[in-house]
Amino acid sequence: MPSTDKKQWKRDTLDPSVKKFPERRENFQTDSGLNIDPLYSPEDLQAQGLDYDNDLGYPGEYPYTRGVQPNTYRGRVWTMRQYSGYGSAAETNERFRYLLDQGQTGLSIAFDLPTQIGYDSDHLLAKGEVGKVGVPICSLVDMETLFDGIPMDKVSTSMTINATASLLLCFYIVAARNQGVSEEQISGTVQNDILKEYIARGTYAYPPRPSMRLVVDVFKYCAENVPKWNTISISGYHMREAGATAVQELAFTFANAIAYVEQALNAGLKIDDFGPRLSFFFVAQNNLFEEVAKFRAARRMWARIMKERFGAKDPRSMMLRFHTQTAGVSLTAQQPDNNLIRCTIQALSAILGGSQSLHVNSRDEALALPSEDSVQLSLRTQQILAFESGVSDVVDPLGGSYYIESLTNELEAQALEYIKRIDDLGGSVAAIEQGFQVREIGDSAYMHRQEVESGDRTIVGVNRFTTEELPIEGLMRVNEEAARVQVERLEKLRKERDDGKVKASLERLEQVAQTEENTVPAILGCVENYCTLGEISQVFRGVFGEQEGTLSF
Amino acid sequence: MQDNDSSTGRPIRVLVAKPGLDGHDRGAKVIARALRDSGMEVIYTGIRQSPQMITQAAAQEDVDVIGMSILSGAHLEILPEIMKLLREQGMDDVIVVVGGIIPEVDRQPLKDLGISEVFGPGTTTGSIVEFIQEKIKERGGA
Repeated sequence: MPSTDKKQWKRDTLDPSVKKFPERRENFQTDSGLNIDPLYSPEDLQAQGLDYDNDLGYPGEYPYTRGVQPNTYRGRVWTMRQYSGYGSAAETNERFRYLLDQGQTGLSIAFDLPTQIGYDSDHLLAKGEVGKVGVPICSLVDMETLFDGIPMDKVSTSMTINATASLLLCFYIVAARNQGVSEEQISGTVQNDILKEYIARGTYAYPPRPSMRLVVDVFKYCAENVPKWNTISISGYHMREAGATAVQELAFTFANAIAYVEQALNAGLKIDDFGPRLSFFFVAQNNLFEEVAKFRAARRMWARIMKERFGAKDPRSMMLRFHTQTAGVSLTAQQPDNNLIRCTIQALSAILGGSQSLHVNSRDEALALPSEDSVQLSLRTQQILAFESGVSDVVDPLGGSYYIESLTNELEAQALEYIKRIDDLGGSVAAIEQGFQVREIGDSAYMHRQEVESGDRTIVGVNRFTTEELPIEGLMRVNEEAARVQVERLEKLRKERDDGKVKASLERLEQVAQTEENTVPAILGCVENYCTLGEISQVFRGVFGEQEGTLSF
Repeated sequence: MQDNDSSTGRPIRVLVAKPGLDGHDRGAKVIARALRDSGMEVIYTGIRQSPQMITQAAAQEDVDVIGMSILSGAHLEILPEIMKLLREQGMDDVIVVVGGIIPEVDRQPLKDLGISEVFGPGTTTGSIVEFIQEKIKERGGA
């Protein structure tokens, strides 16, 4: 007799079989430590109280679990946006043009660390860092070089920039204007997500509270003047890379999002004036099904937060739009070609999860910045997924899978519990000041490491299936000459500009920073008069102070 | 368990530091914890440390070992400066180890500066603990 329910099946069919042939492990868990049953059935969804209309609905309709677009990739596939930048503005300009020629559909600028933290290339602390992990942009001149010959009304540009986000946006706006392109025409994203910098990644400059004001100044300015600009990309990516689980990634990202929304509302903005321009950024890690469920849970959570917690009315405020990048930490220096397979699986999860845009990492990135050949393979990975695999032909293909729906529910429930804990601590900023997220992530990272070292967690080529490693040829090296040339360019700029105008515009910015007035117009004034990134940041450092690092581990 | 040096009975003291502007500190913090769990005394500097800050902290804390993590590619500019400062301050006997994203071709030049070992991605924390214990024994104690 066939079983009529899961319990019976377990008793009559599964258990006797497992008794004879034991399973590979005692417990099966996702990366977040959620227990995995051997099988999921309609009974699991019933037990969780899943209601199709309320919890899933149709794509393009609330709560958007199945997608924010009615037909997802059938109209247009996701934006293929490989993150790049190194050496100098001129070299990066060449790489951008190459990527656009190869069929990439959006640009994504990696800035070097001094630019991200607000130091000019000739600052003492910039020594050794200029042009290393990204491109140095110290002034309007550098931004114009970066976009030389690239029509700024045609490309959309994403900028991974946080503490100095409003400065780089102003460089971009003025560079576009000088190409004859208006603020209404440009489109793109600034990451502008300072909170996760205190939790992971570390490119903060000023303390959290004044930094929050700078974030919202961008929301305000863009709501009035730059309608096609995504004013923030609220990022789980870096927290996950630092060790967070999928549950923590969801929870900490949305807790930060809630903090930004509250700050903007307190500053007098209306939810539906800035809500539609909020965007997100998640990782795609190895656990394929957990990741797909995570993206689906994220859409549902955001829709509900915006509608129920903040009373948004405009559906666009409730639609979670996000960029995804495959997981840097999952790349291994050992047997680096294996990374191609990891990246493909991760990219697949991003597509099955309905990402709006995607960066696929390269096989050699545990060793160096990626070579041109490796980046091309990453782009080809995306193109094969988009145009050969068939996965982009149907909306939310895994929707309705008992397992996926069950995981989606579970991830949402656990993330909501975490958000409640952060609310109880006084919200994300207060939790950061208390070191909460850093501690939680540190614990997860250490546990992960212990699982790898005990062999409980397999990493192919690292703790299992190892072989003798051969030296890798053709790794990318940043041209050391680039940093010297950059410093010379900066010296030249300082000599040629009008010192009186520089001084006056920096003084004006200082006055504005001391009030509650929006800082963006004053920054634009500085940029037009060729003030440098370091000079503008120094004004803010003077008014707001400098953020200290944490010493706990 | 105390990881005592046999001759002095003092636990091995380690400064874990993040030189340069790179803020990716997952590896540094995991290693700091693993060293502490093995019985060593660990001081973590936090991120964004200049060579002067690191050598000063090493002197003040009287450490036996400095472990540094760099992922930004700035190692060839930053590490020679730190090794020079250590020499100038007569701290040649401090054992220096480095980890992060450091290309194979740069490893020997770094060792020529007096850096004891360069640990690449995938190194186990256990092997780092063992390496440090071994070096301290060779040196004749903590």
